[in-house]
Amino acid sequence: MTDAISIDQSLVERARAAAGEIADDIQQHIDAHTTDSTERATLRLLGIAGVNEIDVPLVNVVVEHARTLLPGGIMRPLVDLMMQAGKSAQKSAEAVARGELELAEVPAERRGAVEARAAELAAEGVGRIDAVRRRRNELVAETGEPLRPYVYVIVATGNINEDAVQAQAAARAGADVIAVIRTTAQSLLDYVPYGLTTEGFGGTYATQENFRLMRAALDEVGAELGRYIRLCNYASGLCMPEIAYMGSIERLDMMLNDSLYGIIFRNINMRRTFVDQYLARLLNARAGIIINTGEDNYLTTADAFEKGYTVIASDFINETFATRANLEKWQMGLGHAFEINPATPDQVVYQIADAQLVRQLFPEASPKYMPPTKHMPGDIFQGHIVDAMFNFTGIFTGQDIMLLGMLTEALHTPLLQDRYLSIKNAKYIFEGCRHLRDEIQFRPGGMIEKRADEILARAVEQIEHVRDIGLFAALEKGEFADVERDPEGGRGAEGVFKRAADYFNPFFAALREGRMSGPPTGPTPGTRAAGKGGRPS
Amino acid sequence: MIVRPYGDTRDDGVIQFSFTLPVTYSPKATDVGKQFLEKLGFHNVAIAECTAIDPQFTFYVAYGRTDEGIDPDEVKGDYLEVEVMDFYAINGLIKEKLGRKLSVVGAAIESDAHTVGIDAIMNMKGFAGNYGLERYPEIAALNMGSQIPCAQLLKTALERKADAILVSQIVTQKNIHVQHLTQLIELLEAEGVRERFVLIVGGPRINNAFAKELGYDAGFGPRTTPLEVASFLAQEVVRRAGKA
Repeated sequence: MTDAISIDQSLVERARAAAGEIADDIQQHIDAHTTDSTERATLRLLGIAGVNEIDVPLVNVVVEHARTLLPGGIMRPLVDLMMQAGKSAQKSAEAVARGELELAEVPAERRGAVEARAAELAAEGVGRIDAVRRRRNELVAETGEPLRPYVYVIVATGNINEDAVQAQAAARAGADVIAVIRTTAQSLLDYVPYGLTTEGFGGTYATQENFRLMRAALDEVGAELGRYIRLCNYASGLCMPEIAYMGSIERLDMMLNDSLYGIIFRNINMRRTFVDQYLARLLNARAGIIINTGEDNYLTTADAFEKGYTVIASDFINETFATRANLEKWQMGLGHAFEINPATPDQVVYQIADAQLVRQLFPEASPKYMPPTKHMPGDIFQGHIVDAMFNFTGIFTGQDIMLLGMLTEALHTPLLQDRYLSIKNAKYIFEGCRHLRDEIQFRPGGMIEKRADEILARAVEQIEHVRDIGLFAALEKGEFADVERDPEGGRGAEGVFKRAADYFNPFFAALREGRMSGPPTGPTPGTRAAGKGGRPS
Repeated sequence: MIVRPYGDTRDDGVIQFSFTLPVTYSPKATDVGKQFLEKLGFHNVAIAECTAIDPQFTFYVAYGRTDEGIDPDEVKGDYLEVEVMDFYAINGLIKEKLGRKLSVVGAAIESDAHTVGIDAIMNMKGFAGNYGLERYPEIAALNMGSQIPCAQLLKTALERKADAILVSQIVTQKNIHVQHLTQLIELLEAEGVRERFVLIVGGPRINNAFAKELGYDAGFGPRTTPLEVASFLAQEVVRRAGKA
């Protein structure tokens, strides 16, 4: 069913052409600016880690010390200091934090040697990411690659130790991807918290130590199950590139990575976050991480039936940004969602149309399909059935990543048993309908084709409109999710710097050079039933 | 009159359970679950499902019967009884009795990043087929969105001469919502402006009694429609203006 509904290819070409112009426009802004988080991520790439005596990350301390130098990039002054002092990046940063050494403009006569050394260090930093990616490839080859769609569930206890228990239980029940939800408002912290954490609000802090702990728990259970279990977290918010780096080095496999989401739903300054997103995506591209985009969220504020086209428009734009940041198609987990009100007659028919359209517009991508949230009832029995229709729509339209809905969505973060029931529901439907899509043809000119046609046409209209007015202005006018944002407003605006003419950061080139390609591959594991080991029925 | 849960016969007392125990599944797991429910006072316990959902956890679906009952007339509490009016009647009441627009400012405060509640009540589109407050011609509604610091909310409310402040709190982990809600009350009291506003809170874990206890004028729980909020607002503001 690869070409199940007929799609007007001239519309698709217009969409991609307009998305290209939008991205070109934004790329000019990106190339002309840096941000404090971009420079902090650069320091992390050099291997600088840890916090000072009051728990401020060293990379924040160093960037604060060097604020006036940021337009030229942190790399040259830092490497010069390393060479002058004969210290490692870490030791140099510590010395700066203690006030023993000062970062300064690099005199012209030393620049050549400093830049040459910086390029070497950049290659080493990128080499560390490559080693992690190779390790993933080996592990997948050894333990096994699950069938698509990936079964993706969330843990959110606030305590990373408890998260690990729940994640392992979910993997045993059949989950392929575990996302650790972040504590509320972490996206607005202008630093990355440090160390293992056991307290959070509605989620768990994203820290490098927490990443490491969860990675180990998933590797352990993956070996037990004969299936590589993927780990997901959020490279979003004010520390987007830093968290993308942490994910790249701690072998996360997926990351939410979408600046539009931050702009719209977290009121992060758009001029900043487009710059941050670029480095974050270059890092994820290098690391072989699948990015997830946040279009599904638009439909939690705007109406899914009326505004379904905004998702398609944004998917085209996100695809283009992703390509510019060197991501391969399989690394693009483009978002969409099952959010049409279940009270709408023929709701599932329309959802199938929308989901099928995404599948066909992005055939080589890894679309990420999001479950119902907005209309989930307190009646968990009914909710379980709405989730079942979501699962059906997902397998029937060939989605790659299924974030499972929870019957208790409207009530609380998932209980252990909620996740089990949800996975059991999905596994039943995925196995029971696995080849249905190969057996069915849509009626030409029927409801589904008409809906898809209409959505695509309106999406093209919107993308071309956004191209005409520019993405900044479009966000200002509330084109997406009915939320309006001021280009100069929002959080983190003070962290944006115009690059000087001699801005220097060799990581941008190093991350592109000689990137490995293709997804990891491994043997298909045997299908395992959820709840194996229970009482024989 | 005493009532008991109704399964398929009056007073049979049937209740359905699902729960997880942190025990490894074994042949005796069924009895562990059964005896646990018996300890809670249920009898005729039937374990419908008892399965390992992990090496360390066993999941149960069960039925049991209770002899306990309850007399609904004995249940007393602080319930918000709103006389729900329709869209036109609400606008009419404001126009006629207040003689000016009713000003409302709403937000999800402090670290709460969820706009779903405040949007459902305030946005033009509304919720469950009810228009939101922004649609009411006689209500000047401003939805400030999420993560609004209490001080900013108050400043805006004062600037707009708001009659009412609507606060949404969705996130309740570790009772963070209680902290936030208390913070707003304390700020209003410290500034000496608490009495200027009809202060309303809404959210999935909010009820009227709880809201009153915290010092709010009213609390709205899940499934509240904009119509209920608008009716309450119109009646309360008109009442306070002494024009009811």
